[in-house]
Amino acid sequence: MISAKLISSVASIVGKENVFSSAEEKLTYAYDGTPLISKLPDAIVRPATKEQIAEILLLANKEKFHIVPRGAGTGLSGGSIPVDDCIVIDMSRWNRILEIDTENLTAWVEPGVITSQLHQEVEKLGLFYPPDPGSMNICTIGGNVAENSGGLRGLKYGVTKNYVMGMEVVLPNGGIIQCGGKTVKDVAGYNLKDFFIGSEGTLGIFTKILLKLIPKPETSKTMVAYFSTQADAGRTVSAIIAQKIIPCTVEFLDRTTIQCVEAFANIGLPTDIECLLLLEVDGHPVIVEEEAEKVVECCKNNHATSVTIAQSAEEAMKLKTARRSAFSALARTKPTTILEDITVPRSEIATMLQRIGEISKKHNVLIGTFGHAGDGNLHPTCLTDERDHDEIARAEKAYEEIFIEAVRLGGTITGEHGTGLAKKKFLHLVSGYTAIETMRTIKKAMDPNNVLNPGKIFDVA
Amino acid sequence: MTAMKSYFTGIDLPSNDILTNCMHCGLCLPVCPTFALTGKETSSPRGRIRLIKAVAEGTLDVTDGFINEMNFCLDCQACETACPAGVRYGSLVEAARNQIRMQGRESTAAITLKWIFLRNIVSKKYLLKLTARILGVYQSSGLEALLKRSVVIKKLAPKLAKLQELSPRIDGRFFDDIYPEIIHPSGQPKYRVGFLSGCIMNVAFASVHEDTVKVLLHHDCEVIIPKQQVCCGSLQAHNGDFEIARQLAKKNIDVFLSFELDAIVMNSAGCGALMKEYGQYLRDDPTYAEKAERLAAKVKDISEFLYDIGLKKPVKEFRHTVSYHDACHLVHSQKVSIQPRSLLQSIPGIDYVELNEASWCCGSAGIYNVIRHEDSMNILDRKMSHVKKTGAEYLVANNPGCLTQIEYGCAKENVSMNIVHLATLLRVVYEL
Repeated sequence: MISAKLISSVASIVGKENVFSSAEEKLTYAYDGTPLISKLPDAIVRPATKEQIAEILLLANKEKFHIVPRGAGTGLSGGSIPVDDCIVIDMSRWNRILEIDTENLTAWVEPGVITSQLHQEVEKLGLFYPPDPGSMNICTIGGNVAENSGGLRGLKYGVTKNYVMGMEVVLPNGGIIQCGGKTVKDVAGYNLKDFFIGSEGTLGIFTKILLKLIPKPETSKTMVAYFSTQADAGRTVSAIIAQKIIPCTVEFLDRTTIQCVEAFANIGLPTDIECLLLLEVDGHPVIVEEEAEKVVECCKNNHATSVTIAQSAEEAMKLKTARRSAFSALARTKPTTILEDITVPRSEIATMLQRIGEISKKHNVLIGTFGHAGDGNLHPTCLTDERDHDEIARAEKAYEEIFIEAVRLGGTITGEHGTGLAKKKFLHLVSGYTAIETMRTIKKAMDPNNVLNPGKIFDVA
Repeated sequence: MTAMKSYFTGIDLPSNDILTNCMHCGLCLPVCPTFALTGKETSSPRGRIRLIKAVAEGTLDVTDGFINEMNFCLDCQACETACPAGVRYGSLVEAARNQIRMQGRESTAAITLKWIFLRNIVSKKYLLKLTARILGVYQSSGLEALLKRSVVIKKLAPKLAKLQELSPRIDGRFFDDIYPEIIHPSGQPKYRVGFLSGCIMNVAFASVHEDTVKVLLHHDCEVIIPKQQVCCGSLQAHNGDFEIARQLAKKNIDVFLSFELDAIVMNSAGCGALMKEYGQYLRDDPTYAEKAERLAAKVKDISEFLYDIGLKKPVKEFRHTVSYHDACHLVHSQKVSIQPRSLLQSIPGIDYVELNEASWCCGSAGIYNVIRHEDSMNILDRKMSHVKKTGAEYLVANNPGCLTQIEYGCAKENVSMNIVHLATLLRVVYEL
């Protein structure tokens, strides 16, 4: 518990009106989007300048309390969930787009800018910022960079790390640095910016981020293909890639997920099929036309029961929006949805899907699976009820096996959600203990008092 | 940890299943008007559900902060539309408000206002008419203009001053005094529909009622306006007074079911939303549960009803720009949004422009604009910024609260636009 006296010291830095510590406020900053974990912070503060953030960090070092940075609180691995003796720094009000540079194709943004708002602003200028996490209508760029978020367009366009050119960061010791810049080439010193990407708020707090933009694809075509077996869908993905076509989106939804998504979105998806692929190709109109034809052919050759092409941008948007709702829509079946984020080389998708089915049966848990089949990133989601402790225990066992299997197939335990609290005990499966020790050494060097988001990714001690 | 005792008591507890159903993903945040005002999780649907859960689990008392958040919520239910998991947030916040009321924890001002207004005036027809008569005389006598200029009323009773500013204009005649119980169309009737004359609509929107009846008659409906009907109970239920809402619901169920009806047509979004939920409110009542469901199944908004039976082709073109504002209790509670747009777009000659953020609350929200005037006006400002951009000559909204609120916004900002009910516009189009 941080003393009232210390909280009033923080208030003297940021102003009393920017410190919240009522019981109601603490309760509503105790969680993020991660199931089953929550913890009350001692206070929530909204700093207005980087100097204020630095001062708070200096105070934390001196008085030995913890700081947890937070954006919109939509994270799925517990990155912004409070820890012992902590103050949450809410960055969501840092929401200005500072500059869109149409000559260098870059944007300087504050960390609290909402991802979809950035999309809208740059697209007005014919530009494109590809990362599009499922929660893009509320999640923030700062959170995206901290978690190295992915999205539906990862297969062709990559993930957040591929679009970060630089940043301004307040370090755990209160120092403020700027790294990276607008130049494509820059080999002066260590590549520090990459180091902060995906650091999950453990190494610094972003105050400005420089993003790379690309020209907006001229057109796109969205298709849905239905399959009567998951193996057919898996083979279709491999066949498309083998044709040397890189669609921007190849999304997989199994029967359980389709039923829940349809119950929410009412867009006319058949609810009696085994699975579907949602596919999108984009680029120059001539190429899009040609690639769409080949994609349809691949689907048919691999026994798709039906393939339809969205007839309008509106119809395409509805399909993609429905897909984005998948995770939350699954809560229609059972209230607690424990979502995982394994990723395997895409050639192993069919095998992984089959193994998930077997593991789900073995532990008698209901698992709905959807995900980015094109880049091998799957979200097997256990549908459970947090009030049923036995079921939760079985789900945890099932996940452990799923993680082991994903790693065995050359994959990883998390593709885009981060390690945070939820997956830290499995990190060794994919990193090995020596790598974790290296991470610890770095953390200790940069944050000797362990003030910034401690206990996330790994424990220091 | 030992289980703690809930701070909610008695019947009508916020449902434990619905509370658990929220998996706090945060997809409701971008559509919440109060979250947009403060940017604070505490005033978001996800935050409020967590607070209700904490009170239910005994980790938070019914604190002043809790009560404030429950009342800060507009109950617009935009979060329900946004929620992929299908969490019925509105029922949670309404149950929490009912708990607050039953525990005697509302502020004296709120209790007094709600007691006068919800328990008595609108619930008792004769009192409503009496009040409306007095208000009508007051509005037409010049006394209102005089008082509006005086600072005295604002100083003495600020809430009352807001109430008079936001009061709808009282019509000279009350609807149910003009019309008989059964009205026949000129030709052979194809449908037999019940009509809710309601409370506020009856005294302040008699002309909208007339428009609705004319449009229904034009569509070959025999219109039944039961004399014995009462206020539907929506203002009471949405403000957490379940007791009186149930009494009113039962009375209406008996009255309307005594007629053989194809549909019960509504022209007020809040009333329609509640009457469609009669079944839920009375599900534990052995005598009324089934009857309530039966009645609820017949309830349709005027736009829904006309869309289903097919709109008659108007005699001539209507060459005007028209836009549409979604009343929260129509789009979010009843999921009616395609029908009114489709009807408007089908009118020959009409230039339909879509209102940006059409389904964002206007801040009226029942009596919210009186009880939380400042918040309501901040929300109205956002609505008005979009309304102005449409450049439309007509803005259609199917709810009396929205009509009054947006008209107030137009007057405040010197915007000249006709803010009309769909029925009013249709009556003009059909030249009835």
